[in-house]
Amino acid sequence: MYRYDSYDQSIVDARVEEFRDQVQRRLSGQLTEDQFKPLRLMNGLYLQLHAYMLRVAIPYGTLSGRQMRKLGEIARKYDKGYGHFTTRTNLQYNWIKLADAPDILAELATVEMHAIQTSGNCIRNISSDQYAGVAADEVTDPRPWAELLRQWSTFHPEFTYLPRKFKICVIAAEEDRAAMRLHDIGLKLVSRDGKIGAEVYAGGGMGRTPMVAPLINDFVPEDEIVSYLEACLRVYNRYGRRDNKYKARIKILVHELGVEEYKRQVEEEYAHMRILGLNPPTEELDRIRPFFAGPAYESGLSDEIDRTDPAFALWADRQVAAHRQPGYAIVNISLKPRGGIPGDASAEQIELAADLAERYSFDELRVTHAQNLVLPHVKKADLYAIWQKLDEAGLAEANLDLITDIIACPGLDYCSLANARSIPLAQKLSERFGTAERQADLGELKIKISGCINACGHHHAGHIGVLGVDRKGVENFQLSLGGSGAEDASLGQITGPGFSEDGVVDAIEKVTDIYLTQREEGERFLDTYRRIGMKPFKEAIYG
Amino acid sequence: MVEFLSFRDGEAAQEPAVTVESFTGQSNSTAVRIEAGEDARELLPYLDRLSLVEVNFPAYGDGRGYSAARILREAGYVGELRAVGDVLVDQLSAMRRCGFDSFRPDKALDDAAVERALNRYADVYQKTVDGRSPVWAKRHPEKING
Repeated sequence: MYRYDSYDQSIVDARVEEFRDQVQRRLSGQLTEDQFKPLRLMNGLYLQLHAYMLRVAIPYGTLSGRQMRKLGEIARKYDKGYGHFTTRTNLQYNWIKLADAPDILAELATVEMHAIQTSGNCIRNISSDQYAGVAADEVTDPRPWAELLRQWSTFHPEFTYLPRKFKICVIAAEEDRAAMRLHDIGLKLVSRDGKIGAEVYAGGGMGRTPMVAPLINDFVPEDEIVSYLEACLRVYNRYGRRDNKYKARIKILVHELGVEEYKRQVEEEYAHMRILGLNPPTEELDRIRPFFAGPAYESGLSDEIDRTDPAFALWADRQVAAHRQPGYAIVNISLKPRGGIPGDASAEQIELAADLAERYSFDELRVTHAQNLVLPHVKKADLYAIWQKLDEAGLAEANLDLITDIIACPGLDYCSLANARSIPLAQKLSERFGTAERQADLGELKIKISGCINACGHHHAGHIGVLGVDRKGVENFQLSLGGSGAEDASLGQITGPGFSEDGVVDAIEKVTDIYLTQREEGERFLDTYRRIGMKPFKEAIYG
Repeated sequence: MVEFLSFRDGEAAQEPAVTVESFTGQSNSTAVRIEAGEDARELLPYLDRLSLVEVNFPAYGDGRGYSAARILREAGYVGELRAVGDVLVDQLSAMRRCGFDSFRPDKALDDAAVERALNRYADVYQKTVDGRSPVWAKRHPEKING
């Protein structure tokens, strides 16, 4: 876990005081809402349908028990006793009073947390692989680079008023658990001749024009990543479209210029910038790296798991992933209880996760872009005790990557941009498909729901995607099939005319029925879809 | 309230700034104004004779001028670099970091707010063109020369 030094702390503390000053000016009437809006939006504070929403950054999805406990405490003290984990691995509070916001930031600062750049047209929270540091298939732990980029992007003076928001992801494994190629810039760390560098992908994203990011550079040496990104961002800042917010993301620039031309412009810019000494020295990465060194694992532990309790065995088979250290496991905690709200957690659940992290996982937790939690370093011998505690707290759902492990945005229940409600639909789907047998039979199947075209619910990347639209004042849901946010990234195709809320649940059931009758041995839903195409599904839905 | 803010020694440039097009088309002007969509690199052959570059911000959220400023400073421009237009107190610090050394905002700024805004952050994470030492350089003084 990275720990702040006095420099990091002083920057976050200064931000708290700056925001306190801005809120004070707003409350006293010196600032109008129009003048205040750009200021609060630089700090994750949105005015939603019913109240202010505050989005707290969880850099690269990693946090300690102490930080997690603070999030629970804030939920209880300043919100209605819960929080919502987002697809950017952040946490949102939905019922915040403006006058409390500075105090909340001050409390966050005591545990080295903040809400800096969780909104606005700037570089947002850097995301990474939730299995970073414990996955067997990674070249290196990507988080030291993510932390380096967190610092570099914090209050970057040139890139604070970009054409649009900018999302960066860093991974270092073959399996892409973080939807890297659906980011404005995705970095995949690779090893070449014993040296670490990054494959750079630029121009991915969702929204109304989804794109899978193309590769623009196959090896940027690790000590040049910062300056190379400066060149990528500068080209975007200068030439990205500002006339239409729906065409302002970097994906449109890359698409309109063409990959080769964008790449050429970046290279030209880079020729100017690489000699300016913009990169931190390698000693800085060397300073950061030990914070992420693996904990003091015990050796000689047994890999045996006592499976006599069938409910535990079911959970363990689904929620526990292989750890690279013998005797240890990765535990996925589902925030998708049957009929529940995806990504929501009560203050008590957040605090339980904090307790479990401290007691069983070397004081470390992760948040995933699929809106779940991870205990990254758990002894296999402790799995049963953990499961019992999770079960008591309603957190022992065994549905990782199954049909009820739904990603959903907050939708029209909270969000002022939404056209349709995502949450009730997610709940209905979860009820319809939620028996253990049915989910297990359907296997890996990722449903992702967005309540509007902005695609915060990643519907383009859903094996089954649902987009809520407004059709003459009535909520309507478009269905798409075949998307993926993983290493085989692809964009879903729309099936045809949309449905009512109940209608789309029925349509999804027809889709899964086709899969069950057509699948071949070992095929996931996505594999069957890719083999047989849209036609049979379409016939079943509309025929 | 301040209508003009300068961090330069001596008098501010007085000559009216001309457009990039007329500047590059004639040889005697020493002051030029860049609009948001214009390419600062067109000025690079003329840096020696320039004493003022004005960069217009049509709206505070249009950040192209930050890149224009840095490009000029990175290329060695030492004359006055002035931000004009929709320049608000909350942007001054970032503009200073990108090399602006004078400001003529559309709306006058509050002196005390300017003072607070410019002194808020003792430390910065990036190396830019303002000569401030980034945090990483302070952490590793033995590795950084200047």
